[in-house]
Amino acid sequence: MQYAISILLSGVSLGGQYALIAIGYTMVYGILRLINFAHGDVFMVAGLMMVYLTASLPLAASIPLVLVLTVLLGFIIERAAYKPLREAPRMSVMISAIGVSYLLQNLATYVTGGLPKMYPEIPGISATITIAGAPTKVVTIVTPILVLVLVLALTQLIHHTKVGMAMRAVAKDFETAQLMGIRINAVISVTFVIGSFLAAVGSVLYFTNYQSIVPLSGSLPGLRAFVAAVFGGIGSIPGAVVGAFIIGLSESVIKGSSWSIFSDAFTFALLIIILVVKPTGLFGEKVTDKV
Amino acid sequence: MKKTISKSTWMTLLCTAALLVLVVLLENVLDPNKNIMVFTALKKGAVYALVAVSMNLLNGFTGLFSLGQAGFMLLGAYTYAILTIPVSQRDAVYYIYNGSAVNFSLPELLGGGAFGLVLGVVLALILGGCAAAAVAWLIGLPVLRLKSDYLAIATLGFGEIIRAVFQWDKLGPVTNGANALKNFPTFSSFNIQNAGGETVLRLSTFTAFLLAGICIAVIVLLINSTYGRSFKAIRDDEVAAEAMGINLSKHKRLAFVISSFFAGVGGGMFAMFANQAQAKTFTTAMTYEILLIVVIGGIGSVSGSCIAAFLYVAASEWWLRFLDAETFVGGFKVPLLRNGFRMVVFSVVIMIVVLFFRRGIMGDKELPDLFKKRRKEKAK
Repeated sequence: MQYAISILLSGVSLGGQYALIAIGYTMVYGILRLINFAHGDVFMVAGLMMVYLTASLPLAASIPLVLVLTVLLGFIIERAAYKPLREAPRMSVMISAIGVSYLLQNLATYVTGGLPKMYPEIPGISATITIAGAPTKVVTIVTPILVLVLVLALTQLIHHTKVGMAMRAVAKDFETAQLMGIRINAVISVTFVIGSFLAAVGSVLYFTNYQSIVPLSGSLPGLRAFVAAVFGGIGSIPGAVVGAFIIGLSESVIKGSSWSIFSDAFTFALLIIILVVKPTGLFGEKVTDKV
Repeated sequence: MKKTISKSTWMTLLCTAALLVLVVLLENVLDPNKNIMVFTALKKGAVYALVAVSMNLLNGFTGLFSLGQAGFMLLGAYTYAILTIPVSQRDAVYYIYNGSAVNFSLPELLGGGAFGLVLGVVLALILGGCAAAAVAWLIGLPVLRLKSDYLAIATLGFGEIIRAVFQWDKLGPVTNGANALKNFPTFSSFNIQNAGGETVLRLSTFTAFLLAGICIAVIVLLINSTYGRSFKAIRDDEVAAEAMGINLSKHKRLAFVISSFFAGVGGGMFAMFANQAQAKTFTTAMTYEILLIVVIGGIGSVSGSCIAAFLYVAASEWWLRFLDAETFVGGFKVPLLRNGFRMVVFSVVIMIVVLFFRRGIMGDKELPDLFKKRRKEKAK
């Protein structure tokens, strides 16, 4: 029972952390039709920034600074690597994203010297508490609540502000939106800013749980979050959140069983099944391919 | 028309033969122990050239964006290794699992000696390719119905699944779990030794080139056949291709299976190059590497992929090595140079190619095309 609760708790918090990353994927895909392979690495870089900033700054200053810098990173990546390829075939943009991911990983290896870095303890959420007999970190409880708040704020932004309306329009039809006078580049930048911000929040939560960071620690959570986004229906924010919780729970259940080596395999098998059975995902809209 | 085709074919064959002779000469004139980098780069380059061409067949010629290459290489590498580890070495390699479940070795089964070695290795490589092709056929049934980036992510996921399966310790007696398979024949096994155990003729790099060359030649022949034209038609416009009577699903599956076959052979050769086969080497990062080679060489150009493979491997393994070492020029420490800087510079170069030279080195042209153009200009 205790064991079941602790698995459930870690699954929920993992799901919440994936949800924050998955929203970044799903929003970018909704607008640019691009799998932003670098998103997982942005998440990793946010973690590393935290490690280096807390070494010289107090925590209260470094957390906001990490958020700002990550947002800046996302913005720069979009401007430098994706914007020049806007007219190019979709595959070129995806290759560019893979290139950015490669660059960020190598940069991280260079800076860290390839050694794992320990994430700083954050007072308040790093503390251990006991719920129904199962010891866990406070972050496990904070995560789902924070995710809920952020997602609600985001849906408000998308449905009730001008930027949000522009984003929905661009996602619906790129060219028509452009003709209607929407400044596409600004909208895309806002998308990347929001995505990176959520990834930075996610990284604070995630690495408080799994403290060691290596240059590759962004790639797998990134891919899992992407699977979550596809699972929930790419382009849909509630879908991404629900998908992320499902992926997070199933991962923690499998990791707790004797089949732990297959946790990623299961995630990807789930992806292949959903793509074949219902390519639009759980909440995705029907898209008709134009000839 | 026919005459010119055969002429250029002859030229290509002649150049390839000259290249092979050059490799043999180079290997026997230069001392490989003093020039390790050169030969490592050449061998790895040959292996990567084959894998890159196989990926190009799919991504560049058929327009199917697949990222499962590392998974298929893994299948090939393991099949090759499992079939060729000498029986006497099996207990040492599989010591954790108290011996292997597969208790024969193809080179020994075929009579041992030089003849058995050559035949056994070739057969094992082909079987490795077949294993990859068979799995590709199965995977292709559901996955090939997907379009562009969905296909990419599904094949990427498949690669991860394969890697997990091969590390499963229940399969340990066959795959050796998460441990490396080793002690099988490598490229160096092809060096000819005299009775005293001294190496008389070094053929290891030559073997790599020959195997890769034959496979690439087969792919080129395929691309120039009716099948190849169908592939290109599918790449350019699926709907139009279907309207012209090309069976889409059949041709897509064919391209996928053939590409995976050669990726499997390439995986076997990679195991020969690395002297070991271990599931954790065949990661997504490897697929990305190969994809970047294809992009640098030019999507849709076989010779571009080959050139890019050698450039990529030589640059990353050899030419840019100095960036990793801390260097002092007359007491002044050159800034930034430190372990890992090589890969940073390297990835910046790749980003520049991806962003500003999107057509890569060759675009979709082949090497002979360049000469043709020059000849035409001269004729004018």
